[in-house]
Amino acid sequence: MGRTYNIIKYLCLLAWTTFVVFPFLWALSTSFKDANAITSGARYIPWVEFEPSVQGWTSLFASGSQGINIVQPFLNSASVTLLASIVSLGLGTLAAYGLSRFSYKAGFVKNSDITFFFISQRIMPPIVLAIPFFLMLKEIQALDTIFGLVIVYVALLLPIAVWVMTDFFASIPKELDEMAMIDGCTPIGAFFSVVLPNSTAGLVVAGMFCLIFGWNDFFFAFILTFTETQLLPVAIVSLNSSVTPWWSLSAFALISVTPLALIAIVVERFMSRGSLAGAFR
Amino acid sequence: MLSLKNLSTADRKRPLSNLNADLESGKIYTILGRTGAGKTELLRTLMGLDDIAEGHLALDGEDLSKRPVRKRQMSMVYQQFINYPHLTVLKNVVFPLRRQGYSVEDAKERALAALSLVGLAGFEDRMPSELSGGQQQRVAIARAIVKKSRILLMDEPLANLDYKLREKLREEFPRLLAENADGIILYSTTEPAEAMQLGHEMIVMHEGQILAKGAPEEIFEAPATVEVAKLISDPPVSIVDGKVAAGRIILGATEFTPPPDLVLPANGPVHVGIRPDALSVGGDTTARVVLAEFSGSDTIVHLSLSFGSAVMLVEGIHEFVPDQNVSVSLDTSSLLLFSAEGKNITERRSNG
Repeated sequence: MGRTYNIIKYLCLLAWTTFVVFPFLWALSTSFKDANAITSGARYIPWVEFEPSVQGWTSLFASGSQGINIVQPFLNSASVTLLASIVSLGLGTLAAYGLSRFSYKAGFVKNSDITFFFISQRIMPPIVLAIPFFLMLKEIQALDTIFGLVIVYVALLLPIAVWVMTDFFASIPKELDEMAMIDGCTPIGAFFSVVLPNSTAGLVVAGMFCLIFGWNDFFFAFILTFTETQLLPVAIVSLNSSVTPWWSLSAFALISVTPLALIAIVVERFMSRGSLAGAFR
Repeated sequence: MLSLKNLSTADRKRPLSNLNADLESGKIYTILGRTGAGKTELLRTLMGLDDIAEGHLALDGEDLSKRPVRKRQMSMVYQQFINYPHLTVLKNVVFPLRRQGYSVEDAKERALAALSLVGLAGFEDRMPSELSGGQQQRVAIARAIVKKSRILLMDEPLANLDYKLREKLREEFPRLLAENADGIILYSTTEPAEAMQLGHEMIVMHEGQILAKGAPEEIFEAPATVEVAKLISDPPVSIVDGKVAAGRIILGATEFTPPPDLVLPANGPVHVGIRPDALSVGGDTTARVVLAEFSGSDTIVHLSLSFGSAVMLVEGIHEFVPDQNVSVSLDTSSLLLFSAEGKNITERRSNG
């Protein structure tokens, strides 16, 4: 019984792993192909089914007609995503703490309305926001700049941070903050010395969402930049020409997905470590 | 002295209503009441965690209502074992001391002494999540007592601890108070025995109001109202409806001759309080057993009598079967009489 169960369990896990890993292996295999290997049917194993070529990878660091240089778009994407995520997470965490601990009332507007206002920013289709953002950035001469993109991305990522962190703070007992104040902290001191250190899991989840949404955004990066501040998703699309260079596209895709995958592996442990066990009973 | 004058709160769940009390330095006050009586709300209001809607709260004449929580010279132990989960046991206890301005070394020394007091020496480097429930509560108690605050508020702090440890910590509270002659300890509990053993004075609460305040023995001997009588003992005082007529106490169809020292009120309806030990097996009144429980050394028997329900406390372990009929007698010398409105009208002539 136990052995059969284990065999079924491992077969299921193997099937799932294959399902998850296969696209990456396929992209990796394709990145080492040349035009002939791509067009001559399904071949996956280098040296056995096709002769590997590094053309897909070298073209990413070339310039002019030889390919497109990935370094600058990569750095642009990293700068915009990191800056916007940090600002969003900082402001979003403070806003979420306020919404979860204090009652606000202005006319008919209460805490739940404020939270919904934040989330509603994500309900609107991006195209509705595109023209106002474009005009506003044009007005402050921030089109096609990292600064302009950071402002727009903060506006897009802030609702995510507020939403995730409000929900997370609601799960932290209010008595924990109260105890810190009884023990001599100011309200803001209680937040920084007690609540925040116990919010690792929430911060990691909110941070990951911000990084993923920021890093993968194509629409606003495409609308609000031209040539000076190209981001990675736009650079990948610009590779497309009359003959699609699948080898370069695959290498590009692998490079663009690697940072998020690495971050996810590193922060995964903090998501379970941020437990509130032992806080109360 | 901590003074509460006409203190009310606007809490939606359990508002406190018009509380008045003067709490003197150097005393332990136990707050007795059922769950939902307003004990926690009172402690939270004193601590400054809940707002005062009306009335005044003053410490030595100084208005406390404007003073922030951290400056109230108070500590509090919650019933729910609140600890800082990201800090070790030692750092949990050091936390308030560092905010009071103690040096690292000083704070550590005091924290170690407090941990030793609550029986947690050797647990300094553990995380709260690695401790049992009782140990976690001891960390919370150590963190509260280490500050040596003027006022120590304890919200059913021993409810989840084992018997031995409760005894030990109960013994420590008077000693803590002795170290700080200006100190006031407020200790809430649902257990009458604990309230009476521990408190120099007892405050009885019900539905957000203070029903009685005074020495435990005085409140026990002469509970001010029917509600207080129901709360001050476990098993509780049974309240049955009766009347006084022709110099006798009449309960249902049974007439009882009052003891000679009891001054009977004017003829009319009364509520009669029967202490659990006033009923005993053997006599001319028949009762039906509803439920029998063992409390370790005694047997608590819930009876249905012709005039109502009552609880009888029998010394020792005895077998009673539900629906069994037993003969009981009522010792009228400890009866309590309450007016129809519920006020204690028991009056006894002095022997002299």
